[in-house]
Amino acid sequence: MSAGFRTLLWKEVLRFWKVSVQTVAAPVLSALLFLVIFSHALASHVEAYPGVGYTQFLVPGLAMMSMLQNAFANSSSSIIQSKLTGNIVFILLPPLTPGDIFGAYLLASVVRGLAVGAGVFAVTFLLVPLPVANPLWVFAFALVGSALLGALGIVAGIWAEKFDQIAAFQNFVVMPLTFLAGVFYSVKTLPPFWQAASHLNPFFYAIDGFRYGFFGQSDVPPATSLAIATGTLCALSWLTLRLLRSGYKLRS
Amino acid sequence: MTPAVEVRDVRKRYGSLDALDGVSLRVEPGEFFALLGPNGAGKTTLISALGGLVRPDSGVLRVMGHDVAADYRAARNALGIVPQEIVFDPFFSVRETLELQSGYFGLRGNGPWIDELLERLALGPKSGANMRSLSGGMKRRVMVAQALVHRPPVIVLDEPTAGVDVELRQTLWAFVRELNAAGHAIVLTTHYLEEAQQLCSRIAMMKAGRIVALDQTARLLAAFSERVLRVKFAGCELPASLTAGATRAADGAWRLPVEGAAQVEMALARLREAGARIEHLEVAEPELEEVFVKIMANAGEATRAPA
Repeated sequence: MSAGFRTLLWKEVLRFWKVSVQTVAAPVLSALLFLVIFSHALASHVEAYPGVGYTQFLVPGLAMMSMLQNAFANSSSSIIQSKLTGNIVFILLPPLTPGDIFGAYLLASVVRGLAVGAGVFAVTFLLVPLPVANPLWVFAFALVGSALLGALGIVAGIWAEKFDQIAAFQNFVVMPLTFLAGVFYSVKTLPPFWQAASHLNPFFYAIDGFRYGFFGQSDVPPATSLAIATGTLCALSWLTLRLLRSGYKLRS
Repeated sequence: MTPAVEVRDVRKRYGSLDALDGVSLRVEPGEFFALLGPNGAGKTTLISALGGLVRPDSGVLRVMGHDVAADYRAARNALGIVPQEIVFDPFFSVRETLELQSGYFGLRGNGPWIDELLERLALGPKSGANMRSLSGGMKRRVMVAQALVHRPPVIVLDEPTAGVDVELRQTLWAFVRELNAAGHAIVLTTHYLEEAQQLCSRIAMMKAGRIVALDQTARLLAAFSERVLRVKFAGCELPASLTAGATRAADGAWRLPVEGAAQVEMALARLREAGARIEHLEVAEPELEEVFVKIMANAGEATRAPA
């Protein structure tokens, strides 16, 4: 690990931590509101897994959704802001390698994802106590899920030329994929077509596997989910590194 | 000796515009070099190519012998660029900005040098202030400090004094001169030609992506400009012995080319002999501005000529 990488990682973590009310506390509050409203409205109707109440079922999904969205927001907003204000030159002029840049933005996104996830559990813990059947699965999916969206955020940040485009990416890609990934329901309750469609969504595996870590039950075996999520992460990382090496939209 | 900067036949095209049309130049270690030209001449594109921000279509760029593409890490370690636009990261204070920049260059424990930079650029009292709260001139100083955190042997200043006050200009030039005396090569672009004339030992002039003049400052001045005696008088016509090269301005004053003090004396003696009553008198030194205007005008004709 080069000193340049460590510094850029530190800067990226500081960047969101200095405004943590907005970058950590706000998403935790949103998750809490979702929990209160959905559990109140739906608790009596649904039992997702045998022996798991709807509110319990909901918490890991909400936590993972918040982690995914915030990991994406972290890298994408940092890069687009640097591009628009022009201070990206301070990262492009030093001898940082594409790997340094990729690794630092990715890991900072993971740190933000984990901070938000931990926040969601911290505030919901008193309302909804959860079992933790397999903490290692919980941690593995938290890591891979955040990294996946961190990498996607880097791609979006490099590609976008204005904030609107990041917002569009967020609203038309990230939001639908997270909402339709089984945050609020088990995909087993869906009609066959939508079940099949859900299995094409990589975010679904992150949420399903994450949930397995808590309840020991899931729609798909957790090893399969982890393999698919990790495979997607690897493919996306390869693409991101290629973009960074080519200088696409960063070095004209 | 390895040149500080070596640029060989570099070309860069944006659509139908030749931003760099076969540029070649060398800057020696320890040299103070000016890169001049009108807006859009390609100066900033050339500097960006040197820093790896722009990828040329062809040609070679080296910093201290390191190719900026193949050996980019060594090249960038040897180079400090102060960009033309004022840019900053609003999340950080002045000191944090400089510490982060040091870290990007792999430097830890750079505190003493950061302290010195803060002091030399008169940023000391602002070191804890957020970048957002600084005036434009102060932000510019921080950018200079950022470019110097890794003590690069080659320092490029892209219009560092555009829109800054006299005090910063003087602080900056005193510091840059000192760095130059300590062996750093300096490449400067500026629209203030008197700055280039005073500071730089060699000058390249660019127009439309090409180098149109490249020589020692003194030689350019000697070739394209001259010392003139401006004199306004009454009581007689200009003596015939002084008419060679003389021109007359709209206000009636004559401009007489003079090489040294002896010629000034001689010209005044001739005027007295002819019975002139001198009303106004001054000796104007050669000016880079005149050189610049002439070279740009000639280059304009050259560009218009069919190939």
